[in-house]
Amino acid sequence: MTYEAVSAFAGTWGLVWLVILFAGTMGYAFWPGNEKRFDRAADAPLRSDEQTLHDGEKE
Amino acid sequence: MMQKLDQVPMGKPSRNVLAMFVGLLFLLGAIGSLHVAANAYDTIMGFHASLFTGFFLLAVIWIAKAAQDGATERGYMDKVIKYGTVASVFWGVVGFIVGLVIALQLAFPMLNFDTSFINFGRLRPLHTSAVIFAFGGNILIASSLYVVQRTCNARLFGGNLAWLVFWGYQFFIVLAATAYLMGGTQGKEYAEPEWYIDIWLTIVWVAYLVVFLGTLIKRKEPHIYVANWFYLAFIVTIAMLHLINNLAVPVSIYSSHSVMYFSGVQDALIQWWYGHNAVGFFLTAGFLGIMYYFVPKRVERPVYSYRLSIVHFWSLIFLYIWAGPHHLHYTALPDWAQTLGMAFSVMLWMPSWGGMINGLMTLSGAWDKLRTDPVVRMLVVSIAFYGMSTFEGPVMSIKAVNSLSHYTDWTIGHVHSGALGWVGMVSFGAIYCLVPWLWGRKRLYSDKLVEWHFWLATIGIVFYIAAMWPAGIYQGLMWRAYDALGFLEYSFVESVAMAHPYFMIRALGGGLFMLGSLVMAYNVYRTIRGDERIGEYGDDAQTVAAE
Repeated sequence: MTYEAVSAFAGTWGLVWLVILFAGTMGYAFWPGNEKRFDRAADAPLRSDEQTLHDGEKE
Repeated sequence: MMQKLDQVPMGKPSRNVLAMFVGLLFLLGAIGSLHVAANAYDTIMGFHASLFTGFFLLAVIWIAKAAQDGATERGYMDKVIKYGTVASVFWGVVGFIVGLVIALQLAFPMLNFDTSFINFGRLRPLHTSAVIFAFGGNILIASSLYVVQRTCNARLFGGNLAWLVFWGYQFFIVLAATAYLMGGTQGKEYAEPEWYIDIWLTIVWVAYLVVFLGTLIKRKEPHIYVANWFYLAFIVTIAMLHLINNLAVPVSIYSSHSVMYFSGVQDALIQWWYGHNAVGFFLTAGFLGIMYYFVPKRVERPVYSYRLSIVHFWSLIFLYIWAGPHHLHYTALPDWAQTLGMAFSVMLWMPSWGGMINGLMTLSGAWDKLRTDPVVRMLVVSIAFYGMSTFEGPVMSIKAVNSLSHYTDWTIGHVHSGALGWVGMVSFGAIYCLVPWLWGRKRLYSDKLVEWHFWLATIGIVFYIAAMWPAGIYQGLMWRAYDALGFLEYSFVESVAMAHPYFMIRALGGGLFMLGSLVMAYNVYRTIRGDERIGEYGDDAQTVAAE
């Protein structure tokens, strides 16, 4: 690959790649079906009280 | 009854086989490093191979004892996190003291004492590694293991592997620090350790990844909480950066020297791809993990917008990775690559400020805690510094600004507004949260001392950055000043003389910051002992001995 080819690739497909990433992230973050999941996740630090490990691991 | 008996003392037979296998590996390592120590070409390798022998032998003893005790911790695995928290405080104090020493060496060169061991050139990487990797790294590892257990509702994966991460990481720090003092370096900023130390860190880091990822996989929660995403990005990206930037061919297995794989502008680009992402993924993403857990937990409010945190995460990691070339403006690096680095740095404003707003707004409805809880104040000031330094950084990455600021002390000021203000303060906040939680204390030994620490640190930072701005701008202007005939108007040493008073103010600021860390160390020590400062928390408070 020549220097010109790399720079042209970065200038065109790089842009497309980042736009896709951005659209994907926004789509995921704002998808209405994800709302419940995120609400529950947002509470995770507050739920996680000391010494409440419910682990199913038996030694 | 039978079942109980074989459950308690000896553990599973398969575990003993594993312990024997790992013990054997360490034993082989000890023999191998003894051989290298005996045949080493240089004193650094001789010394370090001996240290390796000692470390591996201690590891064998540790494993044998652990196998004999057999008992595993019930519930969350917190002992290793306690060790990590204390280690962070210890290395923090060491790193800040060394920072003060080198600040004074710059102001008063006689303090180099004409000896190679403690001259500025060797102490400077000792300072940066101690504060970034030892202080910051320990609190990142400790807090990540704390957070991942709580938010996944699962005990750490891998059992004693977490102890390899802890002790292995401390050993890495000792190796790196002693190497610097003896002059051992591969000459890459923030990646100074030589090849064998790099290999050891790789082993430790993979173990860390296994512990963290394994815990995520066995989580009892459907969703991976955003703090864990930030921690994971930190662990994975640091692994990638470390491996690629440290590609080197050792001169010999008996030598501490190596030859770097890349050279010229490729080497420079790889180095600053590494260097800037050490800022982006170690000093930013990792500590954002701390922010996203400890701020909501401390103010008892969920994060302001979980959606914003997702956008923050993905846009931050996809943009940051391209920003490195801004360290190489006006160099042999192709012009378009410089412009690309600048453009991505400017775009980083968006996720950075989105994250800052998300952190600050988490306090909405709980702003009174700023008045009543000095730990919250520390966390909030850290977020404010995050906002300030992520505003300043993109400005400095713009080529026209960079032509003035590059190579000057403005850069040093910028780094310290991020490192002392953001990283330091958010780490102090996390330590003040973790110590009472981990040791089961009702509260800290003294909130008053936290306030002392807060003000010493904040005023210290202000002195520091307020001195470095004018010093840097003066330097930039003096270096580019030409007279009518095209000659440089100032010699370099004139710009050094100009900066002298600012260097002294910087040392004063660093000294205050360091004093604050001593106050923290004392407060942490008394809290662990189980004391509460007499008279501070009303009549019910009294000095109580540790249980």
